[in-house]
Amino acid sequence: MNHPLVENYFRMDKFPHIWCPGCGHGIIMASIARAIEKLGLDKDKVCIVSGIGCSSRAPGYMDFNTLHTTHGRALAFATGVKLANPDLEVIVIAGDGDLSAIGGNHLIHSARRNINLTTICFNNNIYGMTGGQYSPTTPTNEKGTTAPYGNIDKPFDIAKLAIGAGATYSARTTAYHVPQMDKLIEAAIKHKGFSLVEAISICPTYYGRKNKKGSVVDMMTWLKDNFVDVKVAEKLPQEKKEGKFLMGEFINIIEPEYTDQYAKIIEHFNK
Amino acid sequence: MAGSKEDLTIHINEAWCKGCGICIAFCPKKVLGFNENGKVMMLDRDNCIKCGMCQMRCPDFAIFLGGKE
Amino acid sequence: MARKVKFLQGNEACVEGALMAGMTFYSGYPITPSTEIAELSAEKLPKIGGKFIQMEDEIAGIAAAIGASLTGAKVMTATSGPGFSLKQENIGYAALTEIPLVIVNVQRGGPSTGLPTAPGQGDVMQAMWGTHGDHPVICLTPDSVKETFDLTIRAFNLAEKYRMPVILLTDEITGHMREKIEIPEQSEIEVYNRIKPNLGDNYQAYKVEAGDLVPKMADFGSGFRYHVTGLMHDETGFPSNSTANAGRLMDRLMDKIEANKDDIITYEEIETEDAEYLILAYGGTARTAKAAVKTLRAEGIKVGLFRPITLWPFPNERVNTLSEQVKDIIVAELNYGQLILEVERVVKSNCPVRFCGKANGEVLTPDELIRKFKEVL
Repeated sequence: MNHPLVENYFRMDKFPHIWCPGCGHGIIMASIARAIEKLGLDKDKVCIVSGIGCSSRAPGYMDFNTLHTTHGRALAFATGVKLANPDLEVIVIAGDGDLSAIGGNHLIHSARRNINLTTICFNNNIYGMTGGQYSPTTPTNEKGTTAPYGNIDKPFDIAKLAIGAGATYSARTTAYHVPQMDKLIEAAIKHKGFSLVEAISICPTYYGRKNKKGSVVDMMTWLKDNFVDVKVAEKLPQEKKEGKFLMGEFINIIEPEYTDQYAKIIEHFNK
Repeated sequence: MAGSKEDLTIHINEAWCKGCGICIAFCPKKVLGFNENGKVMMLDRDNCIKCGMCQMRCPDFAIFLGGKE
Repeated sequence: MARKVKFLQGNEACVEGALMAGMTFYSGYPITPSTEIAELSAEKLPKIGGKFIQMEDEIAGIAAAIGASLTGAKVMTATSGPGFSLKQENIGYAALTEIPLVIVNVQRGGPSTGLPTAPGQGDVMQAMWGTHGDHPVICLTPDSVKETFDLTIRAFNLAEKYRMPVILLTDEITGHMREKIEIPEQSEIEVYNRIKPNLGDNYQAYKVEAGDLVPKMADFGSGFRYHVTGLMHDETGFPSNSTANAGRLMDRLMDKIEANKDDIITYEEIETEDAEYLILAYGGTARTAKAAVKTLRAEGIKVGLFRPITLWPFPNERVNTLSEQVKDIIVAELNYGQLILEVERVVKSNCPVRFCGKANGEVLTPDELIRKFKEVL
């Protein structure tokens, strides 16, 4: 028998996918499909938009209206799709480099507009497609092929960046914490306004190897041991939070949504 | 999808499995293992609790709960 | 019913034409001297249920337009030199993915920030070669306010018909010049709409069916769940690394222009029947050339004007034929010699080709052109 999720929400003839053994991207892609299934969205009304990079190959496998655009520009294309047809449920898939380096301007402005797009950032802390160069989320001192002596940049906190820019929903999860990921992605899609889920992925091939992170299982175990839900963290003593990363829902508020506001202008002239 | 857990069993699509070992390592009942091709195999079907975590964490859609055939 | 007569800038006429052609979406970024196109679109589009959005940068301006086009909207973005440079990557994307779109470039003076409020014609070659990789190009250039209106409509029609980005290359002269213009009734305007597939068809997003010029284009959200990618793709729309497939796709894209030049190319000729000399000029500079031809004819000199309205593809055949007829061709343009390169290529050694131009932000005056013209007499 066939994998029921694949059968219903993916283009089965395109599998197996291109990602490396142990790459976390497939886990996140599956979670998006489960969220869509759970929400009962009409496949014909879902549009998945991506830029360039490993994660951006996801839409090719997903059985919706799919748009694989230019590097960094997914949110800008998606803004056009959404504004032109607000009935479409538009989900953007972007890697850390795609979203926060070359596409950083589109991220902050989509968040500022509070346009009803759901952005899922597949954050593997590296440029994978081009072979392991450091990205804006590569931790300081870690290595990439273009940071052979250790990265001297300070990394972005993408979930916080989105909040600072005005996102009305922002959350973080990891490829290990899949049940939580499912819930957060579902909530992000349901959210009316700009939503971002930073899904921490793993790149065993480049990031892992370059930084001696061990096996795929070691990298997943690291996610398991080092991320704490923000609600749990609130109750933990300081020493237990030391060196841990927060995940969970960071913001979830309702503010006027861009396409709604535009519809009001149109309505004004229809009277 | 089948209704209750009783009707479900683990299916493995070896052709899609890339042998990363995630499902094996994080299976709460340790019922999975590698076969001679380095791909996942069911070692102990009786003790599988059908929690579905292998399916959720499989990056390759190669292991899943489905109806018994 | 009497036609509306208006006194408009070229930039305003562009928006009037776009709306009559069916524009329902505009996205862009403010830049002089094109800004009136955005301003008027912002004012008019919501009144007809259309959408306008000012994006965060030039790249986003074209990207959003391409996204909107995929939902079935007729879309336009406008810019000027620096913004045109920034849009280049996505012009190539729209060419490869065959997404209809109109890009207006109101050319200004100089490279870099240059002379934002002064005219120039320095983007002629960029319009052809600006984006990386070979790709089909249609570029139209008007010399009046009325023609800006007409060519904007034509740009939309060609974009829809050939499923590709079409560049309307105007300049600060035509963009900001005001002229009286008679606006036709909507019923007098020929509007071309992209051909869409029917539900139930065995739809392959990039397959050209018998009798069609281009693949049918389904709106996102209309029940065809297809894939669009800037990677080389096969007829199904999915990426393909096959060189044989890439060759077929490139041939088909380039052939949209090559096989339809007669449909795409238009030009204007003045007094060329008996011409012994030819002035070749386009856009705002053609107005200078028209005055010069009138003056020279009054002096009894047999000079004519050839004005390409379609800059790309260039009207090779007609220019070649004229070069066999005349003793001398002078190309007038506001740059250091761009279209002249194409003219020389086409004319070969049939006759001398001379250049009259400048790129200091001034328009060329009829006197300057006449002086240059007379150097050989």
